[in-house]
Amino acid sequence: MAEKKTGNGNGYAHKSMDPAAQEMLKVAEEKGISTMFSRVDEKGKYCSVGGEGACCKICFMGPCRFTGQNKDEKRGVCGATLGTVAARNYLRSCAGGASAHADHGRDMAKTLLAVGRGETKDYRIKDPLKLRRFAGYYDIDVEGKEDLALAAEVAEAALNDFGRQEGYQTMSYRAPKKRQELWDKLGVRPRGFDREVVEAMHRTHAGTDQDAENIMDHAVRMCMADGWGGSMIATDISDILFGTPKPLSSESNLGVLNEDEVNIIIHGHEPTLSELIVDAAQDPEMIEYAKSKGAKGITMAGICCTANEIWMRRGVPPAGNSLHQELALMTGAVELMVVDVQCTFQGLVDVAKNFHTHLVTTSPKGKMTGATHMEFDEHRAREIANEIVKMAIDNYENRADIHIPNFKQEVVAGFSHEYIRYMLGGKFRESLTPLNENIINGKIQGAVAIVGCNNAQTPQDEGIVNLVKNFIENDVIVIVTGCAAHASGKHGYLNPQMFENAGPGLSEVAETTGMPPVLHMGSCVDNSRILTLLADIVETGGLGEDISDIPAVGISPEYYCEKALEIATYCVGSGVYVIFGGVDSPVKASGVVTDIHTDGWEEKFGGKLEFHPKWEDIFEHSMAHIQKKREALGIHEARERVLVDMAERRG
Amino acid sequence: MAVTAKRKPEGIRETIAGGVARGVRRYYDLATSRYEEALASMDASTTVEFPNTGYYLPVIYGITGHVVEKLEDIQWVLDEAEKLIPPEPSPKMWLPYLGETLDGGMAALWLAEIIEALKYVGVGPSPTEGIWLGFADDVIMRQRGVEFVDGSAPGFAAVTGAAPDVETAVALAREMQGKYLYVFMAGESRGTTFAEQLVEGGVDVGWETRLVPFGPEIYGHIYSVNFATRAAMAFGGVQPGDFARILKYNKDRVFAFVLALGEVDDLKYAAAAGAINYGFPTIAEDDIPQILPTGVCTYEHVCSDVPLTEIVSKAIEVRGLKIVITEVPVPVAYGPAFEGERIRKDDLYVEMAGPKATGAELTVTAEDVEDGKVTVVGPDIADIEPGSTIPFGLLVEVSGRKMQSDFEPILERQIHHFLNEAEGYLHVGQRDIIWERISKKAVDAGFTFEHVGKIIHARYHSEFGGILDKVQVNVFTQEPEVSALLERAQSVYQQRDERLGSLTDTSVETFYSCTLCQSFAPDHVCVITPERSGLCGAYNWLDGKAAFEINPTGPNQPIEKGMTLDEHMGQWEGVNEFVYSASHNALERFNAYSILEEPMTSCGCFEAISVVLPMCNGIMTVDRDHTGMTPSGMKFSTLAGSVGGGAQTPGFIGHSKFYMGSGKFVSAEGGIARLVWMPKKLKEELKELIGANAASQGYEDLYDKIATEENGTEEDEILTFLTEVGHPALEMDPLF
Repeated sequence: MAEKKTGNGNGYAHKSMDPAAQEMLKVAEEKGISTMFSRVDEKGKYCSVGGEGACCKICFMGPCRFTGQNKDEKRGVCGATLGTVAARNYLRSCAGGASAHADHGRDMAKTLLAVGRGETKDYRIKDPLKLRRFAGYYDIDVEGKEDLALAAEVAEAALNDFGRQEGYQTMSYRAPKKRQELWDKLGVRPRGFDREVVEAMHRTHAGTDQDAENIMDHAVRMCMADGWGGSMIATDISDILFGTPKPLSSESNLGVLNEDEVNIIIHGHEPTLSELIVDAAQDPEMIEYAKSKGAKGITMAGICCTANEIWMRRGVPPAGNSLHQELALMTGAVELMVVDVQCTFQGLVDVAKNFHTHLVTTSPKGKMTGATHMEFDEHRAREIANEIVKMAIDNYENRADIHIPNFKQEVVAGFSHEYIRYMLGGKFRESLTPLNENIINGKIQGAVAIVGCNNAQTPQDEGIVNLVKNFIENDVIVIVTGCAAHASGKHGYLNPQMFENAGPGLSEVAETTGMPPVLHMGSCVDNSRILTLLADIVETGGLGEDISDIPAVGISPEYYCEKALEIATYCVGSGVYVIFGGVDSPVKASGVVTDIHTDGWEEKFGGKLEFHPKWEDIFEHSMAHIQKKREALGIHEARERVLVDMAERRG
Repeated sequence: MAVTAKRKPEGIRETIAGGVARGVRRYYDLATSRYEEALASMDASTTVEFPNTGYYLPVIYGITGHVVEKLEDIQWVLDEAEKLIPPEPSPKMWLPYLGETLDGGMAALWLAEIIEALKYVGVGPSPTEGIWLGFADDVIMRQRGVEFVDGSAPGFAAVTGAAPDVETAVALAREMQGKYLYVFMAGESRGTTFAEQLVEGGVDVGWETRLVPFGPEIYGHIYSVNFATRAAMAFGGVQPGDFARILKYNKDRVFAFVLALGEVDDLKYAAAAGAINYGFPTIAEDDIPQILPTGVCTYEHVCSDVPLTEIVSKAIEVRGLKIVITEVPVPVAYGPAFEGERIRKDDLYVEMAGPKATGAELTVTAEDVEDGKVTVVGPDIADIEPGSTIPFGLLVEVSGRKMQSDFEPILERQIHHFLNEAEGYLHVGQRDIIWERISKKAVDAGFTFEHVGKIIHARYHSEFGGILDKVQVNVFTQEPEVSALLERAQSVYQQRDERLGSLTDTSVETFYSCTLCQSFAPDHVCVITPERSGLCGAYNWLDGKAAFEINPTGPNQPIEKGMTLDEHMGQWEGVNEFVYSASHNALERFNAYSILEEPMTSCGCFEAISVVLPMCNGIMTVDRDHTGMTPSGMKFSTLAGSVGGGAQTPGFIGHSKFYMGSGKFVSAEGGIARLVWMPKKLKEELKELIGANAASQGYEDLYDKIATEENGTEEDEILTFLTEVGHPALEMDPLF
């Protein structure tokens, strides 16, 4: 059984259930440094008008606020209803989230193009088989082609999906047939990604789309251009360039930082630079250089989704999820933190000022006032990586007092869709059949994906970990990505020994395969892996004809950002029941939009989006949904064993 | 709902995954050292092969497509297998191991096949010493394949290890025989083997009794697996290297399982993991960890700690198999496994008919049949001196609304099988050439002549219940009753022969399909016409007709000929339509009488293959018992590989031996006169049939002009012979 760490009782349990975080919050308090955990209390009174989607400021006749008992009767200056305003706010949030993910995908495609054209020598094609499978989606003939030439051709095709002016997202044809027919019937099959976002901004301009249902339909269409487009392209190209993940063992939490070594933290979302920083840090010459500066070596650690990328491909230990970013610097043991895009907060600048830590931004899209900018260019990627690592080593001698909390857990991560198929049958019998069959026979009751963020408004990891614990105890297999994956790891749930804590059926499956009962499937952009998995479950058979038939739920218990809403929306469009927790709905003020999220979308897409701030409610709704779907499939009762005679073998 | 696994301290990870990892390593080390030993003593180009197969080393060939013909070809297999050897899972922070374990199991199979193949070139112990049979060649695989197809053998048990004692071993073997299973045996435990225990217990082992001793070491079970692998290629038409389909075919169609008796060691874990790749689960006597979640196999993967009294029924349930057993009220064991059993002189109690006494059997339709009535006319067994020979007659009278006189010979012919399946009963021949024996052991057990009638009554009802309602049996054991029956029978036989002779393809409007083998050859469909019997030799047009009456939704369906599209080639509109849909749209049409143009497809269980010999302007025919080379440049086993699995291959057809007596035998190309070569043994067997067929077409002396292996196995040698004897084929229109 994995070591169980409980809070250290220092009064920070209401902020985080992670003992490492609690310890570091005490350090912050002692040093008088503010963090997200403290600023959330200082931000003042919660604004329910903005917080619940009832404030419209898309034009300058307002702002118009929809408050009070008769808010549904109120009209904006232009005459807009609350439903219109909330729907527009929702669509604009989704546009932000989808853009972040899809732009990540575009960058991956551009890197692949540069590699294919020979413009950079710092990357290679690590998974040529996946390159060929991916080329197949674009109907590109792979016969007799060299990896690089094919890579360039594939990258061009992928890039075309972003700016596509005609036709639909190529990846959308990977969905189950019935789902595609539904999209075509409803007219929501996603088109070119850029077009969908531009159209979203257009529709939400004052005086354009003023029908809540029509606006929300576009939210689904646009988000699916990411889920079945941008994000899926990001994941697949990352695998092509950096290798398709398979399980690796590692350690998780701030305790992975090393007091005798140069500590470098990679934080953000994209694997392009971080992969090469890992290479640079493992270079014997660089290690020698570190030793010459008095360190025993170089420790790499990750935070947030960059961590997930290098954790599941390289075994680089994750130091924690997004709420750990300031706490990591608080150890005083981090020589350098390098960030790229998304969820890398400006608060880092102020924290870093108290220590010797260099904070380095690398993306031209993500500069931070007060940080050092070393712009990443894939054409000279390794050179930049070397410079960054050297900068960290040179900073080792500037270290002062350090405080590394002694908390870490052993973890196994890296369950790509491909590995899950392999895990269930080996090279010769790979398939999802055993997964489906054990769901059918009830050893596994259903599946939930617990994804997404931490939110400073709710105790860190509490919702995630309690849900993970309860689901596995009830024979529900759990898939985790993003910051929820970190939370699971930090609290021991990615340890394969955890099979003993699962319910009897899931425990048997975990013991048979050797997997933990909770599968780490990647970063937040890798939620596309879950779509691929769901489509394959349908294709494998026995659990209905569409994703909406599967006894599964998508959950983000501690969501904080626009990307999370966007993921929820493409999942609903794909037929998934999604529940968000921690904080309430950002469009709660509008009954009209809330009805669309729930009954409206369920009727249209077979999936829906609900907000239940308390994890206990999420658990209850999830289990009820799983049971409902099992009943609809007729698998809620044990089936009689089918014995085959000769006549049944024929034909 | 969920069944809880028994949890052992070490569990699946250490015992099974770890055991497989350690076991495969041992296979690898042994295969490598034997290979090196071989290289040290013989040339790298030395031929490595199993006897008489067209599938090289069949598991390796089937799964990887790699051909091992020479010693040096083994190196590739060793290298590939090494890549699949899994690491032992770490005791604390293990990575998932199931996929790796299954891969390791597959590697163990390849390595076992190498180990066994090297025994055939003299490295390691002889594979066929004593009771051990070693490799099951393609002849056996095809013959036995028919039994797997028609349900007379539902599957096989791969038994490893030994029972606690000889009595238990015998009981287990009897139970499996009684459930029609083949029992494949290899590997030891408790210091002995199951096969040796059976021999000690006085049980006949061998293919005839379905108790097949492959080898004393666990490696010998590769012969079970390569039998199954060939089934997928020979009957399923799966291409070598298409491992996914080969394994799926086995999971869906070959109902095999591993029965592990006694201790399960690492070598056995590795072999069992290999078997799981094929969908064959392990049921163990020993208290090992269980793997109960389903998915790779149809149901559970490993079930353990099963009492030996329940182990066979547990295995059948776990494999998802339904075995329907007809209860036959006799005091001896009963089942197809006893069909091949011999009765030796010193065990003989009574001999009936045969060369020294009169005999006949006759099944007829009658009025006033009293169902279940058995009348013995003459002395019963108790009144007969041991060792005597007596006259013997069986008159079986049946009635039923759907009974037709055309079905009488079909029912009558089955008496042979039905009686043979009783332990201690031997039945040879049919009609008036029967010869039967009953053993002392059977008589000691209480077997009487009344039981002969009871067997026929029970089996007629179970097999032909769809067409008959009542069965009564008269057993005659004395004169003059037997001679009287003989006289009556001979006149019935003559009427039947005349009726059969009058049945031609043009005289009937309906043909019958046979998709019996679609359980094994999913794309093949036989069309049975009066002048062309099913290619396995087991079904003629009347059989098809009767089978349809018995089971209107079964594998034999009537096909209305419809419009004749080409009388010469044998093509009919209705037949084409049927073939198109029954072949799952693979074939649009076929010609019943042609070998060259769109010929009929073959399953894999054909009795013989005919092949065009272009130089000779004729065809040759080879049957599956002939293992030698033929003038086509290929042996039967290789030829079979190119025509089986439902493929339409111009220039090649599979067919029954009986078809060679038909006027429609390759009639589109000129008929029997095209026949230029066949194995001597087959030629002699079919002398009358071929002679009569040739004579009816005006070739009185054709028989003597047909070459055999004595005249050569090269096409130019045959041409020389044909020229010398003036074979008519040389004068016929050019085939091309």
